[in-house]
Amino acid sequence: MSEDNNPRILEISILRFDPNDPNDFPHMETFKVEEADGMTLFIALNEIREHNDNSLKFDFVCRAGICGSCSMLVNGKPTLACRSLTSKMDKHITLAPLPLFELIGDLSIYTGKWMRGLNEQLETWIHDKEVELNVDKLEERMEPALADEIYELDRCVECGCCVAGCGTIQMREDFVGAVGLNKVARYHLDPRDKRSDEEYYEIVGNEDGVFGCMTLLGCEDVCPKDLPLQSKIAYLRRMMITTALKN
Amino acid sequence: MKIIYTDVLIIGGGLAGLRVATGVKERGHDTIVLTLVPPKRSHSSAAQGGMQASLANANMGEGDNEDVHFSDTIKGSDWGADQEVARMFTHCAPKAIRELAAWGVPWTRVQKGDHTAIINAKKVTINESDEAHGLITARDFGGTKKWRTCYTSDGTGHSMLYAMDNKAQQEKVVVHERLEAIALIHENDRCYGAVARNLMTGEMVAYVAKATTIATGGYGRIYSVSTNAIICQGIGQAIALETGVATLGNMEAIQFHPTAIVPVGILTTEGCRGDGGLLLDKDGYRFMPDYEPEKKELASRDVVSRRMTEHMRKGKGVKSRYGDHLWLDITILGRAHIEKNLREVKEICENFLGIDPAVDWIPVRPTQHYSMGGIRTKFTGESQTLKGLYSAGEAACWDMHGFNRLGGNSVSETVVAGMLVAEYISDFCDTKESGININTSVVEDFIQIEEDKITALLTKDNGEDAYVLRRRMESIMMEKVGIFRNGDDLQDAVDELEELCKRAKNIEVFRSKSRAANPALFNAYRTQKMLKVALTVAYGALLRTESRGAHSREDFPMRDDENWLKRTITTWPDVNQTLPTVSYEDIAITNMEIPPGFRGYGKDQTTVHPESETRQSVVDTITQKLEEDGADRFEIQNALMPFIDKLPKKYQGINERLGENV
Repeated sequence: MSEDNNPRILEISILRFDPNDPNDFPHMETFKVEEADGMTLFIALNEIREHNDNSLKFDFVCRAGICGSCSMLVNGKPTLACRSLTSKMDKHITLAPLPLFELIGDLSIYTGKWMRGLNEQLETWIHDKEVELNVDKLEERMEPALADEIYELDRCVECGCCVAGCGTIQMREDFVGAVGLNKVARYHLDPRDKRSDEEYYEIVGNEDGVFGCMTLLGCEDVCPKDLPLQSKIAYLRRMMITTALKN
Repeated sequence: MKIIYTDVLIIGGGLAGLRVATGVKERGHDTIVLTLVPPKRSHSSAAQGGMQASLANANMGEGDNEDVHFSDTIKGSDWGADQEVARMFTHCAPKAIRELAAWGVPWTRVQKGDHTAIINAKKVTINESDEAHGLITARDFGGTKKWRTCYTSDGTGHSMLYAMDNKAQQEKVVVHERLEAIALIHENDRCYGAVARNLMTGEMVAYVAKATTIATGGYGRIYSVSTNAIICQGIGQAIALETGVATLGNMEAIQFHPTAIVPVGILTTEGCRGDGGLLLDKDGYRFMPDYEPEKKELASRDVVSRRMTEHMRKGKGVKSRYGDHLWLDITILGRAHIEKNLREVKEICENFLGIDPAVDWIPVRPTQHYSMGGIRTKFTGESQTLKGLYSAGEAACWDMHGFNRLGGNSVSETVVAGMLVAEYISDFCDTKESGININTSVVEDFIQIEEDKITALLTKDNGEDAYVLRRRMESIMMEKVGIFRNGDDLQDAVDELEELCKRAKNIEVFRSKSRAANPALFNAYRTQKMLKVALTVAYGALLRTESRGAHSREDFPMRDDENWLKRTITTWPDVNQTLPTVSYEDIAITNMEIPPGFRGYGKDQTTVHPESETRQSVVDTITQKLEEDGADRFEIQNALMPFIDKLPKKYQGINERLGENV
């Protein structure tokens, strides 16, 4: 944080477009904002909306880097805008909506629909064929280290940065992306999920799944939660090949 | 006009809303969830430190059970809570956490053998038993006698919400995203759904349902600095209030969390102090033991927040351009612990403060955090006055928190209330009485009224700027309806908010005139609603001339059980009123399991109610007699304040614990 008495004037260029307005077309618009101590893009964009253009669309919810709503391209790189400090950037900042997702307007995108479709496709929930749960009984035990390992992968916030940073998905639009593969790895690790290796193979043992990945690994570079995407994709691939050979 | 019919409409897709949805779905009822954002982005995801459930698996939780959890919750509430509801809650919390464990939450587990922990600034070794190995473990939190807060690192809300949403997807719960309920549809004191706006297209849709549930969380954003997500604006409470029929309870009961970072107000979990972190002043001095020698940093939240403020008022705060603050020191816990159990805190410190909390102290001060008040309901979650309207979670006041909520009891409440309210709603939907008897022309009238309001906002000339009104409201709440309150400031706040509320009728949406995705438009109508909610808070606080829990009056420092053992009930029966109507509901001592007593913080400043002593002696006599007869704790509890019959049958069973009922 700077204690400067002469704050910088930031020049924030935003790719704007309102799909609901038949007369609008995608264009860049630049706003000048006086930088403040500890300013994040959350603060800067809200200042623009309040003082310059109240129609500016963007998505913030937790504004604390927890909920994954505000992913956008900041100077070309997919990241969470809420925790991007302007002090770490040049005074010229370029913002664009995350590509590949449905555009609601300006920087606002419909990640929820995409993620929901993905979760339904991969059935990202515990598949338990046991009888009805008795909630009065002691919970099932789990090795502490395993619980920690599952939590590590459970930390994904579905922000979509890995999808935007993915080379494969540019060519193969049904590719499940690192977010999808990480989820499969998470459930495969979880002993509460009773799906067999063969059942997982059915879901991701194909070119829209783990065999589609071209291993460019832009996903790992841009993941705001530092998930071990590279090693999990490699792990899944080994597991799927073993399963394929076995059958 | 578009009308969609369903059995159960749920407004809000956080933990409470989703748990109600899966519950009613399981009972065979159709349901639609309306959310502002994808469910996984709800504010539930921001809960960090954990969920209270008396599992008693960990060494430091030994001896814990429903009774101890209940007692902590009641004391924490400063006797404002509904004791039957708190009993229902503590009985079901272990069930809720076990259900979530089965649904995939990777709860942190007990590791057998020795481990070290920091307690009262000293390193201690704790041994975990072999038989507890692999069960769900717990950490310490404020205001609790046992280590009872179960967690996944400090991303507990995230893990719970993801498991819950995945479960809802598995059950094929229908979610309509980016739909905002802006008015309830009701006739003859019966609620039939809501009018909602599609925030992407601007389309207005009526959802007509047998039962309607509001699970929209709290109203923290009426304050300029809050730990709450920016969508926690109290719109759920506002649309209930605007029916003129539904009531709100204890709106003035607002919790300030001791440790949000300065200046942006992002939370650092109570787990920081639970795990051994300390509060220090400008001299690096640990001041909490001077004020609260017994519980120190782990006194109840309201107490710690007041002590911090007092200490800063003595000139012991650290000066900064954003005002005074204090330090939270977690360096004592060590890097390994922080990177495993407090990693969100670490990320927040790195990203928003540019510091490393394993080395640096964290600048913190008390910040608005939780709304104990909300839509007043019966224990079933149903409004006391508007049939067919339900509420659960932070949105509701059913009322288990009274005037101060314990850390770890909020996410716990969301899932417990969700599972219970789903059953009561289902029971209602199974009856003939739940039939939808509203004419479509009446529904269309409700849509038209909302359409007209939107048109007025977009076409008005020379109107008010919503942002100006809203920012003023936020600062009034911060400055005059904060941690310490007094009559003069509160009167000013009410007067000015009333004026703002009148001006808000004349809001104009400048420049941005689209009916579709238009942030200026939703800011305009939300500001009108938020102002009403803010007034209920300020007015309730002005009228309550005592101090109880988080409501602390400098001019009335005593807790006045004789006159104020009651819940504040607020309504807005006439749209032309400029102030809400306030009445009170007595909290009866005669059936309390724990009659009002001293909470154990500072010096006792209670004006005792004459019935407290009488009831206490009845409780003591019954307990003593039954103990002599060899009765167990369940029989004694049942003799003092029976509650089990109120629970749905499927949740009445006794909870297993290591060494108890297994």
